[in-house]
Amino acid sequence: MSTPTLPHTPAKIKAETKNFNFYYGDFHALKNINIQLGENQVTALIGPSGCGKSTLLRSFNRMHDLYAGNRYEGELILHPDDTNLIDPRVDPIEVRMRLSMVFQKPNPFPKSIYENVIYGQRVRGVKNRSILDDKVEEALTNAALWNEVKHRLNDMAFALSGGQQQRLCIARALATDPEVLLFDEPTSALDPIATASIEELIGELKEKVTILIVTHNMQQAARVSDYTAYMYLGEMVEFGVTDEIFIKPKDKRTEDYITGRFG
Amino acid sequence: MSLPPEEIAAIRANIASRKTNDLIFATIGICCLGFALITIAALFVDMAVTGWARFRPEFFTEFPSRRAAQAGILSAWVGSLLVMTVTAMVAIPLGVAAGVWLEEYAPKHWITDVIEININNLAGVPSIVFGLLALGLFVYTFGLGQSVRTAGLTLALLILPVVIVATREAIRSIPLMVREASFGLGATKWQTTRDHIVPYSMPGILTGIILGMSRAIGETAPIITIGALTFIAFLPPAPITDVAPFISFEWLKAPFTVMPIQIFNWTSRPDPAFHANAAAAGAILVAMTLSMNALAIYLRFRLRRNIKW
Amino acid sequence: MTSSIASPAVRPVSARLARRLDRHIKERIIEAILFASAAISVFITVGILYVLIKESFVFFSQVPIGDFLTDTQWTPLFDDAHFGIMVLLSGTAVSSFVALLVAVPVGTTIAIYLSEFATPHAREIAKPILEVLSGIPTVVFGFFALLFVTPILQAIIPGLPGFSLLAAGLVMGIMIIPIVASISEDAMRAVPMALREGSYAMGATRLQTAFRVVFPAAISGVGAAYILAIARAVGETMILAIAAGMQPQLVWNPMEPAATITSFIVQVALGDLPHGSVGYNTIFAAGLTLMLFTLVFNMLGFWLQRRYRERY
Repeated sequence: MSTPTLPHTPAKIKAETKNFNFYYGDFHALKNINIQLGENQVTALIGPSGCGKSTLLRSFNRMHDLYAGNRYEGELILHPDDTNLIDPRVDPIEVRMRLSMVFQKPNPFPKSIYENVIYGQRVRGVKNRSILDDKVEEALTNAALWNEVKHRLNDMAFALSGGQQQRLCIARALATDPEVLLFDEPTSALDPIATASIEELIGELKEKVTILIVTHNMQQAARVSDYTAYMYLGEMVEFGVTDEIFIKPKDKRTEDYITGRFG
Repeated sequence: MSLPPEEIAAIRANIASRKTNDLIFATIGICCLGFALITIAALFVDMAVTGWARFRPEFFTEFPSRRAAQAGILSAWVGSLLVMTVTAMVAIPLGVAAGVWLEEYAPKHWITDVIEININNLAGVPSIVFGLLALGLFVYTFGLGQSVRTAGLTLALLILPVVIVATREAIRSIPLMVREASFGLGATKWQTTRDHIVPYSMPGILTGIILGMSRAIGETAPIITIGALTFIAFLPPAPITDVAPFISFEWLKAPFTVMPIQIFNWTSRPDPAFHANAAAAGAILVAMTLSMNALAIYLRFRLRRNIKW
Repeated sequence: MTSSIASPAVRPVSARLARRLDRHIKERIIEAILFASAAISVFITVGILYVLIKESFVFFSQVPIGDFLTDTQWTPLFDDAHFGIMVLLSGTAVSSFVALLVAVPVGTTIAIYLSEFATPHAREIAKPILEVLSGIPTVVFGFFALLFVTPILQAIIPGLPGFSLLAAGLVMGIMIIPIVASISEDAMRAVPMALREGSYAMGATRLQTAFRVVFPAAISGVGAAYILAIARAVGETMILAIAAGMQPQLVWNPMEPAATITSFIVQVALGDLPHGSVGYNTIFAAGLTLMLFTLVFNMLGFWLQRRYRERY
């Protein structure tokens, strides 16, 4: 995916963290993270379980605000308007309206396929039927699901297969016109064929949207991402062009992980 | 896909209007919660204030009387105590044994399913139907009379599902390894049950027993149906006598009244002076049931905290 | 043969296991006792149905079932006796309706508030308090309905009689609030967090998440709560016996006094009806009707509850 001409850091930055720290109560989960997400590029977060990669991803749309005792420090900037997303004055709902998320396990709502896709528009108060219909078709098409479900939009979402459900969740996220799309291990609950189709989809989606993806699967990171960050024990050990990280990592810890010596 | 400032302003306006709804709902929610709590507080305060003049030691030591100011609850609380004794002696062993069988012994069999569904259903049967059962079966078919034992037995059947369900829940929380450890040392099923399962689930069982007894002590309808007397100016025969064998069970056959019946009787009289008696007795009954329930819930809370298998 | 091989120093195996048969018998006896205890619950139900059906049978041998179902008068103790169960059912229906009008909206709102808005700490305090409240004896609620709520209502609604289905129904509703709130809240807490996260991630507010995702996902559990509440209202006795008056009349207006199935049974039991008279048998026919209704509601409630437990 990535071309050898990529610079060491992204040329056009859509979002970035500056000395970002995160605490679960007293536990210092993320330590001085600095990462830049290139616009219309895919950035992957890799690292062993518990390294904080999901915690970082969930910080981007303020998911941690749902639970008591969590605390952010530092800056998490969304460009071009330079909004600090973790500023307490910024409403988490505003953040979530601009950055959308796809979860580890497909979590469609117990509603019809149509209502699932349109949920983001519904909560924004959009009622115009033709706008909604267009949105559903567009989002499902972009999520490569339209042809499979166009004749049964009113079926319950639970009737879909696991891979289809995850693509439905992607469509649901796309239908809100997000500026950044966050993927939290989106294929860990799927079979290899469904995984391949989601990976292909991510490659197509980056034309439209900036993507941050957490994965426990290094081959997946290598296949889909332009930039990769390796995290370990809450720290960002190394960040750079995916090919460089995988071919000649600078840090010994990255090399150990990538060559499979642990993790 | 980036947002110009005016669109961000639009987003913020959209959020603000939606969050107003959140705030409105939260306010309504707190009001509803407050409504429920304040009503109950009003109930208790109203009773305590109305019955205030009756809170004297004599209130507990006097029989009912035609003069409200002199009427007391002696026969009522003694009756309640005796009926509860019978209820406890029947409901506790029966309920715990049934719970133990369902959790530890019950085979996968349609009979087990029938028993389970049946217990669930019994829990929802209105209490007055138990009164009809007692009237038709205990009073007239078995000839037990309109007595303490009939009332105790009836309330025991009524709270049986509560005790069974609590016992089962308590037993279910004991992990398999405890049983395996006991069986591994050569214990039989009953030894395992007696030495481990029942003792370890005791706090949970106790919670169920207290909840059941608190329900029984306030039950009125089935007792009326049996035919409890509302005006009793004597006590049942004492259980301990001065002639051999020094223990008497005559009290089981005695006519009786209980606290809720006394309250009902006083409430139904047109003379407001008796309403004060009803209020005083009601406040005492509420205080008793509430403290029993609070104790049970506290026990359950402690239990959930302390035991981590 | 075994004994000839065993050395005299070691106790033979057969001796060590000599008590096995003993133990086996004891185990079987205990198991039988435990089973009998569990089986007693079935006999209770059988006993209830036996008594109700037997006595009702006597009743229906004197009163045609057609009259029972269609007559619009209920005067079993008069010389001109009428036995129209619709009269009592109307009282039960109106009072239950009033109760649900209070308990369902208030109870549901409390459940949603506690489940989706309140902090875990507030929830931990509020829920046990609600549970404690559901333990207040109903005779006390009856006192409250007659001597506290009725005077207040009379001040608001001039001409309201001293006994009314309205006052009894309102207090019954208050009594049922904890049941609706507690069971609905359990159902909503059982909705997986992943669904809530999915909704919040789309930019939904708490209220939108609660109403558009959590509530629909918990609908069968909430339905179970409502149905169990109906069963409770239909079977409630003392509040109605005290505060609703006991005049059997066909009513649709909650401002009037009326008898219900349950309060009629109390009224008859309070009098001294001879065993075996038609009046005595009436209460069993009324009880059978009540039992059938609550049985249906309870079955439906448990079925719904099991459904949401299976889903998640």
